[in-house]
Amino acid sequence: MDMNVKKKLGLKEKYALMTRSLGWETSYEPMDAVFPQTRYEGIRIHDWDKWEDPFRLTMDAYWKYQAEKERKLYAIVDAYAQNNGHLGVTDARYINALKIFLSAVPSLEYNAHRGFARLGRELPGVGPQIACQMQAIDEIRHAQTQIHSLSNYNRFYNGFHDWKHMNDRLWYLSVPKSFFEDACTCGPFEFIIAIGFSFEYVLTNLVFVPFISGAAYNGDMGAMTFGFSAQSDEARHMTLGLEVIKFMLEQDPANLPIIQAWIDKWVWRGVRLLSIVAMLMDYMLPKRIMSWKEAWEVYFEENGMALFKDLARYGIKVPDCVELIKKEKDHLSHQAWNAFYTAGKMTNFHTWLPTEEEMDWLSSKYPDTFDRLYRPRFEHYREMEKQGKRFYNTTLPMLCQVCQIPMLFTEADDPTQISYRQVTHQGDKYHFCSDHCQHIFEREPDKYVEAWLPAHQIWQGNCFAEGADPGAPDFDPLKSVLDYWHLVYGRDNLDFEGSEDQKNFAAWRAQATRN
Amino acid sequence: MHIDLRTVAITPLRHTFDHIARRIGADKAASRYQEGTLDIQPSANLQYRPTWDPAHQLYDPARTAIVMQDWYAFKDPRQFYYGTYTLARARMQEAAEAGFDFVETRGLGDLMPDDVRRRALDVLVPLRHVAYGANLNNVGMCAYGYGTAVTQPCMYQGMDHLGIAQYLTRIGLWLAGPAELEDGRSHWLGDGRWQPLRRQVENSLVVKDWFELFVAQNLVQDGLLYPLVYAHFVDRRLNAEGGAAVSMVCAFMNEWFAESSRWVDATVKTAAAESPANAALIAGWLAHWRGRVREALLPVAELAFDQDGEKVLDTVTEAFDARVAKLGVALKEGGHV
Repeated sequence: MDMNVKKKLGLKEKYALMTRSLGWETSYEPMDAVFPQTRYEGIRIHDWDKWEDPFRLTMDAYWKYQAEKERKLYAIVDAYAQNNGHLGVTDARYINALKIFLSAVPSLEYNAHRGFARLGRELPGVGPQIACQMQAIDEIRHAQTQIHSLSNYNRFYNGFHDWKHMNDRLWYLSVPKSFFEDACTCGPFEFIIAIGFSFEYVLTNLVFVPFISGAAYNGDMGAMTFGFSAQSDEARHMTLGLEVIKFMLEQDPANLPIIQAWIDKWVWRGVRLLSIVAMLMDYMLPKRIMSWKEAWEVYFEENGMALFKDLARYGIKVPDCVELIKKEKDHLSHQAWNAFYTAGKMTNFHTWLPTEEEMDWLSSKYPDTFDRLYRPRFEHYREMEKQGKRFYNTTLPMLCQVCQIPMLFTEADDPTQISYRQVTHQGDKYHFCSDHCQHIFEREPDKYVEAWLPAHQIWQGNCFAEGADPGAPDFDPLKSVLDYWHLVYGRDNLDFEGSEDQKNFAAWRAQATRN
Repeated sequence: MHIDLRTVAITPLRHTFDHIARRIGADKAASRYQEGTLDIQPSANLQYRPTWDPAHQLYDPARTAIVMQDWYAFKDPRQFYYGTYTLARARMQEAAEAGFDFVETRGLGDLMPDDVRRRALDVLVPLRHVAYGANLNNVGMCAYGYGTAVTQPCMYQGMDHLGIAQYLTRIGLWLAGPAELEDGRSHWLGDGRWQPLRRQVENSLVVKDWFELFVAQNLVQDGLLYPLVYAHFVDRRLNAEGGAAVSMVCAFMNEWFAESSRWVDATVKTAAAESPANAALIAGWLAHWRGRVREALLPVAELAFDQDGEKVLDTVTEAFDARVAKLGVALKEGGHV
């Protein structure tokens, strides 16, 4: 046979042979039995062959590129650890941002890993299956590179030591946990709109910039490196998220209202989840990148809106919640830091008051609200600290049934009034932080009554240390709950001022820089 | 000469995470495999019932009849986490690439006798679809299994099968061209000799118990198919008849099978050693699927070895039985040939 007469295959054609031509219409088992999850959400797909591959990567190339990235990443992680790179960060307060990161984010990545594995198995088209499988394996990469990069911090600082145990239990971590478990318990199409589109595509910059640029700005090469190394994976994930939504919208006009409702829900869920990121940007990074408000304006109001403009031709509208978020952006980070500062006995990281200089920075970034509403509060706390009465809240807050954030947000037009909503469902009362969370509940009450709300669970006696006797005369409920969380009182929690982290960092830095 | 390089030494407060220390028995340095694997699946206070499976929790050990006291008793002897996995496969793909490069640049495909090339294509090209089925099955085990110690390697195994499906596609393109892939596909869909195997693959795609699927796919189907096709057919028969070039481009499959079998064996062994009830379940699945897979492979064996097909399949089955005998699972009566 003359090899030269063989037709030269185009890249697209060749990739089709490497992927979608592997599949077939089953006949010994019905397709509905092989792919049982595709119909119940009401999404109509008529022709999976219309799927446009968002990227073309065969496994051999995947192994090669990814291994090269891993080689470089771990070389830097090792060097950073060996060289005590952690002593080069701006100041030890920064490390508390990493504690939040480790206790929240690898578990998100892990859930994304398993969720995309499910889609990689359940979507009937080979093209989207394989794209989802690649995202599934990437996501376990991200979980592991994060754990490995931050592992060295755990050797020297408190609060990291039992991140996985805390992720399943600690009060504020139920916010990210419930977000991803919500998505993972959805059908495959809602999952991919929730994670692939709303989270990865619309909101990912608002996570990436604070954490990874935050690391770069604050001298943390370890965390910076895994972030940059993940960037090319994220680029693939974003193109997948966009292709999915276009594909679904193009397949059938009846898909539009379903998808619009999912986008409304998940953009709001995502923005609520980002509250902690807002506070991290404005309060926890010793060297600031930009304010939360600026980040929101650049990455959502400009870039995000451009995306929605692009989707308008399919009939997609900007989610209603955007109006509220616009009003909240002047308040969000201050209210969140206030909540964590006062809950400082129950956190696995340290909290502190902003310095005078930092407060001036906040006034310049938030001229309409900071001096008027929030500076006086911090000055009041400072007075209390001076009198040796650092304020700690010892009661448990009411949580929103949907986003699970304590009811700390104020009414959009009245910053002196806490925003709360209430609904009675089958004889029980449920509470919400906002109209949007209430609406999410009302659409699927059966799902959200199953929420595991830490504060409520504590009141019900489900979160005490193993073997504790709440009836004993000397029973200390707060101590028992801290034991249940594996939170070490006096080391993991309380104010940064006077903490073991603060002392150790100062002593070690002196040892490394002086004779 | 050894130079004693010095760095500033500060004494760490601890050596690993508490959840790792609890598992390895002490606060001592842990490996990246351990820190990236142990307990990282959410396991407590799970929220919401899956709409796609309301009878179970999101992560639920009851999606298989196998019962484990501790799902992290499973160990991957290769200690694969993402980094070590991709490094291992990158090395293997580099060798595979060199193999393709060697046979393509020297036109070794053209030098093969026509009947040998024809037979190689007849046997190997439809196997693309079998590998794709194995990909779906393993990705599903990752999605529905319990505990990262076992679900993580299932993810890698799934991607390996996709890689193998793609290498088989390249072999078809190298030895013939795109039309050959279409022909192989019609054989897969319509040729009587492939139908028992297609039925087997489709039956496996609807198995709900993920550990049963593990036994059916990873232990039995791969355990019989890979030695039959890649050891006996490619490396022996084709080599002997002037088709050594094919065995160069199938080196990946042989190396992969030897390596991944260590993990498959360790997994089955651990589950069986846990309890007599587990061992009995696995024995039942093994007997069931071993019979079915043998039946499905017989016409493929005849395609590869003509009238010797059954004899070769018997040889392969004997070796498989010897392998299984070391796993602590009894081969049930009726399971024997």
